[in-house]
Amino acid sequence: MYVAVKGGETAIAHSLDLVADKRRGDRGIAEVSLDQIDQQLGLAVDRVMTEGSCYDRALAALAIKQARGDLIEAIFLLRAYRTTLPRFGDSEPLDTSRMVAERRISSTFKDVPGGQVLGPTYDYTHRLLDFSLAAAGERPAAPTAPADMAPSLPRVGDILEREGMLEPPPDAGGPAHDLTRQPLVMPAARPVRLQNLARGDEGFLLALGYSTQRGYGNNHPFVGEIRFGSVPVSFVPEELGFAIEIAEIDVTECDMVNQFAGSQDVPPQFTRGYGLAFGHAERKAMAMALVDRALRAEELSEAVASPAQDEEFVLAHSDNVEASGFVQHLKLPHYVDFQSELVVVRALRAEVEARNPDAALSQAAE
Amino acid sequence: MPDVSIQDEAYNYAYLDEQTKRMIRRAILKAVAVPGYQVPFGGREMPLPYGWGTGGIQVTAAIIGRDDTLKVIDQGADDTTNAVSIRRFFAKVADVATTTRTEDATIIQTRHRVPETPLSEGQILVFQVPIPEPLRMLEPRETETRTLHALSEYGVMQVSLYESIARHGRIAKTYNYPVLVNGRYIMSPSPIPKFDNPKLDRNPALQLYGAGREKRIYAVPPYTPVKSLDFDDHPFEIETWKESCSLCGSSESFLDEMIVDDSGKRLFLCSDTDWCQDRQEKQRVDAAK
Repeated sequence: MYVAVKGGETAIAHSLDLVADKRRGDRGIAEVSLDQIDQQLGLAVDRVMTEGSCYDRALAALAIKQARGDLIEAIFLLRAYRTTLPRFGDSEPLDTSRMVAERRISSTFKDVPGGQVLGPTYDYTHRLLDFSLAAAGERPAAPTAPADMAPSLPRVGDILEREGMLEPPPDAGGPAHDLTRQPLVMPAARPVRLQNLARGDEGFLLALGYSTQRGYGNNHPFVGEIRFGSVPVSFVPEELGFAIEIAEIDVTECDMVNQFAGSQDVPPQFTRGYGLAFGHAERKAMAMALVDRALRAEELSEAVASPAQDEEFVLAHSDNVEASGFVQHLKLPHYVDFQSELVVVRALRAEVEARNPDAALSQAAE
Repeated sequence: MPDVSIQDEAYNYAYLDEQTKRMIRRAILKAVAVPGYQVPFGGREMPLPYGWGTGGIQVTAAIIGRDDTLKVIDQGADDTTNAVSIRRFFAKVADVATTTRTEDATIIQTRHRVPETPLSEGQILVFQVPIPEPLRMLEPRETETRTLHALSEYGVMQVSLYESIARHGRIAKTYNYPVLVNGRYIMSPSPIPKFDNPKLDRNPALQLYGAGREKRIYAVPPYTPVKSLDFDDHPFEIETWKESCSLCGSSESFLDEMIVDDSGKRLFLCSDTDWCQDRQEKQRVDAAK
């Protein structure tokens, strides 16, 4: 006689062994090292660090290896580790005008102080598969100019801001809200929204940002500036009382400039959408900036009519670890709930059949 | 299984750090003080996926101690994969005794069922909750539902039940059936079948509900009245079966249905495996006498 499946424990143990085996793949092929992932799949590492909210290339590379290249799974692994780490406090705000930029472009001015620096970008590659990469072979180093030693690289936005043409960034005053320690409560202030978007799924933000360009909450964006490079991180230890530099991290920053007609209280000026991501992640930073601006609709007295402008919709669904978990929980057994549904649907069908025997007959014929 | 005991020492007792446990305990105390009210808490990212019991796991981690005996069930059964996984997690990180016997457990973490064996004072039932907001499918906005709860403005729920009667001739809601707690808050009992709703009412055990993804905790203290919503002319009723359990013969427990051959032959078994085994054991003993 059939009885309910027993021995879930053994089955789980075997499943864990199998997935570890799959991860390693063909033993005849060299195992990938964390350094290789860091150096040669660096943009994957960047994404995992950004959405995992943890700047550690080695850990992100480990997570990518463990997840067999499934980046959302890697993000989950990194976050689950991050949440166990002690908190020492908040760093000082990053000053991106002190960035040593590898790349910096503006689409609003032909030239800007500090110049347009293309740096490493796929933008001008022709997307032709490079079959030479299929074979091993050394590649000569690219020629580089000496690093620009200017103490600061002024932001395009700051220049517009001085004229009053662009709104100033909001005052960052007060301690930072930490979404990994405090629940998201609606309505959320802009710093909380930005934190949510920074952790948010790149694909989700990309689609939402794209939707604003196609008329669902359009706000006429221009790339005021995108910059990528390293910035120092400062921290004030309580026992010292002054800031010390503790690290340098690579970030991508996008300052999106958007048209704004002005309102009764505010003269016409351009408004901002802001995006920031760890590592080199322009698509993410730009999408984040578009969605940030869209979410400011209410603050700027615009109609809130499109998904990208809807704070509860965007913020509650941006997190891919939450989304992935809840979508995939449908794999868990639901047979109790389903049994309840069977009971009621059978009862309802019996009532219909009692009222109308022809319905039952026609079905039996099918 | 790889030996991970060395790695485990990197983590605090019951996985969460003490500050986090304190924060969760504060949320639990508030939830107990205001039965049925959803208390926001700083839910942590757990090493298990969202939607797979992270809320229940955090609640259990915050209240568990070395003296506790833990039982974990999913769909009423101790041996379903996710129940096994969660039980293994606590056996590993909390060094705690586990059991499948309802009477022996001090903490029972559950998904989708309330055990058939009546609970007693001192026991804690921890529910895993996917969507804590009972009004969510009627009003998706948190800002709105918070206001509706604050004002006890629950007409929308009554209307939805009425619409079900108008369409189907009865309230066709079968699980996650809304309840009114202590005459004040409408609460989601989590997706337990409505069969289990009467067990929530004035239960001697403490009921804690944890929603990890949605970061909410709520509670029903012992002996609190919990009423399943209904109408005078359409009173609340639970599922019944014509069949009885093929293993223990029970006709009073919630039955799972299985398809046992290609022609669609059905077999009915108790969903609560401990209850079923207990009854079979007693029957064997009686037969031996």
